[in-house]
Amino acid sequence: MAHSRFIKDTGLTTRMTLVMFLLGALFVGLVVGLMLAVRSPGLSLIIGIAGLGVAWWQWYSSDKLAMRAMRAREVTPEQAPELHGMIDRLCALADMPKPRVGIADMAIPNAFATGRSPERSVVCVTTGILHTLDAEELEAVLAHELSHVAHRDVLVMTVASSAGIAAGMLTRGAQYGGLGMFGGRRGNDNNGVPVWLIILVVSLVVYAISFFLLKLLSRYRELAADRAGAYLTMKPGALASALQKITGEMNTIPQRDLRASSAMNAFFIAPALRGVSLSTLTSTHPSLEQRLEQLARIQAELGRPDA
Amino acid sequence: MGFWDVVTGRSRPKAANLDSLFLVPSAAVTLQTTLGLVPTGEGAVCYRAAAGSAFQQMQDDVVTLLNEDPTAPDVSVTRDDFGFTWLVAHRETSDTSGLCTDLHAVNTALEAQGFGAGLLCSLVPFADAAGRRVGLVYLYKQGTFYPFAPSGRQSRDNLLEIQVRDQLTGELPMEQDLGRWLAIWGAPGL
Repeated sequence: MAHSRFIKDTGLTTRMTLVMFLLGALFVGLVVGLMLAVRSPGLSLIIGIAGLGVAWWQWYSSDKLAMRAMRAREVTPEQAPELHGMIDRLCALADMPKPRVGIADMAIPNAFATGRSPERSVVCVTTGILHTLDAEELEAVLAHELSHVAHRDVLVMTVASSAGIAAGMLTRGAQYGGLGMFGGRRGNDNNGVPVWLIILVVSLVVYAISFFLLKLLSRYRELAADRAGAYLTMKPGALASALQKITGEMNTIPQRDLRASSAMNAFFIAPALRGVSLSTLTSTHPSLEQRLEQLARIQAELGRPDA
Repeated sequence: MGFWDVVTGRSRPKAANLDSLFLVPSAAVTLQTTLGLVPTGEGAVCYRAAAGSAFQQMQDDVVTLLNEDPTAPDVSVTRDDFGFTWLVAHRETSDTSGLCTDLHAVNTALEAQGFGAGLLCSLVPFADAAGRRVGLVYLYKQGTFYPFAPSGRQSRDNLLEIQVRDQLTGELPMEQDLGRWLAIWGAPGL
């Protein structure tokens, strides 16, 4: 009987969908709230649409913008045959159109994928990563990036960021031209708090909430791309070692022999509580530990013998 | 990828399409009569070996199964630079259907163990009297065939490839998108 070793990750899917729902609700809430506060539906709608428009523009030109920001150049199959060959095979395995390939001259080991659709996307690696990783690890990283392309993460993240963009625009509008723009000549709020101040506070709050939600969503998307990439190459171990090399957070799994630790060290090898710090809340990528845990689960699933 | 798959960030591994491989023997006859290309008697399946013991065990089982046939020469397993495994089967030049059965045995074993997503392509090489070589490559994920004719280091005989495609269009599902005609340099048998 044909079956798949693909394990579902319902928890991740549920959390991701919930975060996306919250971001959407935030955007709608912002626009509707404005309509009520300003009592001029037209203006609020324009701000909402402008927020979406800026997001759309970011998405539409994402490949060019990112390539320029990273000073990356596109390479042909003749210039980088190994890299192209690797991506060719991965695309044939995943049955997806082949993206363009770019290389950025940077010592930092990194890779990214961007573009408005799988047909018009670009996968870019730095020269640093080409030097740092071996072929198997590089392939794992490319599979991760191709999964971002397949999941249309650029689209999802830019749409998700539109609440934040709209709120940011409002903040600026309220700071500078706010008095003239919003209800300045209405004159019925003379005794209370000025409308522009309310809008300033609300938009700042919305911006803050959407900032944290976006980072959370980004971490979930990374985990999803890790999963898909590991299933594509069928070598979760290669991605794990690549991640360890790139992040340089080797300290999470010590290389030192346990027996070499002094007696005093025994007291603090394992922190009792894994607290949530500001850095874990605002990082765009999940912790190495989280990613390795997930890869280990996939590894176990792939290696499980069955009839 | 449907809308919901995009939203949830879930690309499932694509299952392989195994059906069309048995069309190769009749296509081989066509190639022989029209272009003078004769099967070399080799055939290979290219797949990605998964990490872990389950895959190793299954691969050993398949090799044992294929080698137990006393009439057929032994199969061999090689790994290429891209980390893919090639399982090469050998048969008599005339026995293309026996070859396809061997290749299919590998496919079904992989699929039965849940590794069907790891199949990349299979290859049946042909050669003519002048020494030109063409591989008929089957893409599992697309379910289509395309020709690959290496004519030296890193160069392809595109005219011959297009000739082969035109000859076989009626018989095999040929890959229409030339962008998917993946080069497989140094593949066994080419």
